[in-house]
Amino acid sequence: MTSAATGEPLVELSGVNKWFGDLHVLQDVDLTIARGEVVVVIGPSGSGKSTLCRTINRLESIDQGRITIDGTPLPEEGKALAALRSDVGMVFQSFNLFAHKTILENVTLGPVKVRGKGKAEAEKRARELLDRVGVGHQADKVPAQLSGGQQQRVAIARALAMDPKVMLFDEPTSALDPEMINEVLEVMTSLARDGMTMVVVTHEMGFARRAANRVVFMDAGRIVESSDPETFFTAPTSDRAKDFLSKILNH
Amino acid sequence: MQFFIDNFDILRDAFLQTLLLTVLSGVLALVLGVVLATMRVSPIPPLRGLATFYVETFRNTPLTVVFFFVIFGLPQIDTVVSFFTGAVIAVGMYTAAFVAEAVRSGINSVSPGQAEAARALGLGFGQSLREVVLPQAFRTVVPPLGSVFIAMAKNTSIAAGFSVSELSSTLPRLVNANAGDLLVVLLAVVIGYMIITVPMAYAVNRLERRVAILR
Ligand SMILES: Nc1ncnc2c1ncn2[C@@H]1O[C@H](COP(=O)(O)OP(=O)(O)OP(=O)(O)O)[C@@H](O)[C@H]1O
Ligand SMILES: [Mg+2]
Repeated sequence: MTSAATGEPLVELSGVNKWFGDLHVLQDVDLTIARGEVVVVIGPSGSGKSTLCRTINRLESIDQGRITIDGTPLPEEGKALAALRSDVGMVFQSFNLFAHKTILENVTLGPVKVRGKGKAEAEKRARELLDRVGVGHQADKVPAQLSGGQQQRVAIARALAMDPKVMLFDEPTSALDPEMINEVLEVMTSLARDGMTMVVVTHEMGFARRAANRVVFMDAGRIVESSDPETFFTAPTSDRAKDFLSKILNH
Repeated sequence: MQFFIDNFDILRDAFLQTLLLTVLSGVLALVLGVVLATMRVSPIPPLRGLATFYVETFRNTPLTVVFFFVIFGLPQIDTVVSFFTGAVIAVGMYTAAFVAEAVRSGINSVSPGQAEAARALGLGFGQSLREVVLPQAFRTVVPPLGSVFIAMAKNTSIAAGFSVSELSSTLPRLVNANAGDLLVVLLAVVIGYMIITVPMAYAVNRLERRVAILR
């Protein structure tokens, strides 16, 4: 367990419902994430974890309910939505680094184009962040020249460069070769320790135990269980969570 | 050889008209085509609809008919343009539809994750397109766009039917005056077109290799 959350809510979802056609992918989801809190979301494939994560910066719209970030309801579209997204960092399973830009440019694009920072200042900060995630010496390469683990760390630096209030991670290590998973998890663990508010979709139990304040278990579009990692892993209450855990732990 | 010397002025002027027509229509087609492609991928349904309507209309209408519309249709709404301007508008607007299709397929070839990452950073629709999607789309778009512009250079010959003194329009005159040199006359005109299209093909090739290395 890391630095305790302050208790003041930063992200609030209430009564959120979403459908993909006939599929009721998010069902009456209520979730409050406190400033500084690290929430790990786990659950079987197709349970709606990615969708939940993506509604928080409105990469997916919702059909019912309300989502607020730092007290502000998510804008529908336009400039206000873009401004809100700039405060919410996102790290994707497939990295999604800008393929035609150098590593350094990947990290400076947001600060320069969205925040209006000067180029020199943005580059200075970008180099600090790249050093922090351990890829400072790769700054002038293009993404394709880096390993998956390095690319994902750059993606984290790119998100951090915006000084986000909260960071969303959607299975950040699932596309990585096993030997690269730890280097990414270490960066994430240190972020958690520094007090970043994080929502992390992952099956990495080690990370959940080490860094999470809370584990949220989803099944079929619902939040079925929400408890601290120790309780969740040792004494899950719902049958579905027990079933899920027995599968992945025996695995 | 004597034929070339005797008719050099006519051929040169006609060639320059074709070149100017190609360059001006090309610029119009490129600008309008990119705007149309942008509209077709925009999140605003009326813009998408309008652009789709435009592209489908112009792609499925013979260029000659477009010429008739511009040159004889515009005066009906009290807009008189010279034959040359009319030709630029007709060829440019017609080609824009093909440019739009090429650019749109290029945009679609860029993985959606790229635009998502851009939006997640807080870039607006226009910024994501300009900074992230279009530069990558450009790479796949070079070869098809090259074909579109080479076809356009040749399509400018339709302007001959609308009193523009470009390359093809010299054919009837020169053939009449030099009946014995028919093949030479034709060759002269073909060379005129090739002076425009061959460097274009070469440039496309070069550009294609350049952007491939950047990948
Ligand atoms: N754009 C979409 N259109 C239609 N259905 C979708 C779309 N995106 C996701 N779904 C469906 O919604 C359900 C939830 O998807 P989601 O990606 O949120 O699940 P997940 O919990 O992240 O699963 P995984 O562990 O496989 O990543 C799945 O059944 C999926 O097929
Ligand atoms: Mg998922």
